[in-house]
Amino acid sequence: MNEDSTGDGPSAPGSQWYDAEAGPLVRPYAMTGGRTKPGPSNVRFDLIALVVVDDDPPGPADEALLGPEHRSLLTLCRAETQSVAELAADADLPVGVVRVLLGDLLESGFVRVSRPVPPAQLPDERILREVIDGLRAL
Amino acid sequence: MAYERSERTGACDETDSTALALKILVAGGFGVGKTTLVGAVSEIRPLRTEEQLSRAGQSVDDTGGVDQKTTTTVAMDFGRITIRSGLSLYLFGTPGQDRFWFLWDELSQGALGAVVLADTRRLEDCFPAVDYFEHRKIPFVVAVNCFTGARTYGAADVSLALDLDRGTPVVLCDARDRDSGKEVLIRLVEYAGRMHTARLLDSVG
Repeated sequence: MNEDSTGDGPSAPGSQWYDAEAGPLVRPYAMTGGRTKPGPSNVRFDLIALVVVDDDPPGPADEALLGPEHRSLLTLCRAETQSVAELAADADLPVGVVRVLLGDLLESGFVRVSRPVPPAQLPDERILREVIDGLRAL
Repeated sequence: MAYERSERTGACDETDSTALALKILVAGGFGVGKTTLVGAVSEIRPLRTEEQLSRAGQSVDDTGGVDQKTTTTVAMDFGRITIRSGLSLYLFGTPGQDRFWFLWDELSQGALGAVVLADTRRLEDCFPAVDYFEHRKIPFVVAVNCFTGARTYGAADVSLALDLDRGTPVVLCDARDRDSGKEVLIRLVEYAGRMHTARLLDSVG
């Protein structure tokens, strides 16, 4: 259906919005149940915080209760340890939404989240050396 | 600060088993090649992630005529370089527009350092980024993206024109070229290491 809308921006008078141009069918606030912040655990998910699947996750019965967005995030995490930013891009969801959903997954024990290195600890010389050598070897 | 050090050594032993992610920002004016640079060195296709803005942008966004529009979406580019299993570098292209500065604050938190991309034909475009990182004492290098057709300047000229603090590296690069991009990152990591050591010495002495 997209050929109809080519050249005609969504703002053009009388034009119709189709498919992706019409925006998500489910609005972000609906996915999060109106929440804008992760739940009571009050975790601040850094963009590069790494999300890993918990070794001892709840059973499939609990998983069946999750929403579709929760499940798609979980599927992405299972494939590979990912950063919050990557999850947002791959799931095609705003970062704010991903943070709320990850908060749920964290609280129900599906995932674990690494804490980013605090600035005071940042560049450990050994690690920096490793990064430089690694970059050279690329 | 001694306790911080011992904590760090403790954490360091752990890092072999726990995944560690480091963050580097790529800043600079609009169209200077931030996305290109991220794409050139990243091992994954440059991903874009969107941050939903609401109140923060409202006061500055000219929403005349679209009063019902209460959210704006801003996209950030990012890429990844895996150094080894459990150690990766994440690159974030910062949104160029000034009104997204509040996003920079989040992005720069815990960042290893930043690359400020500059175009010698519009050097003033990178002043805000230089200011930002200088004020927050975030180590950065200036990478001059050598566009074809632009007059080439030496690193020293650029350093002078930007009134950089002594020691801030200036690198000439080609943002499209992977090796050139890698070199910029290496210079940044080396510089970040030097800055950190100097600060440790300062805090001791």
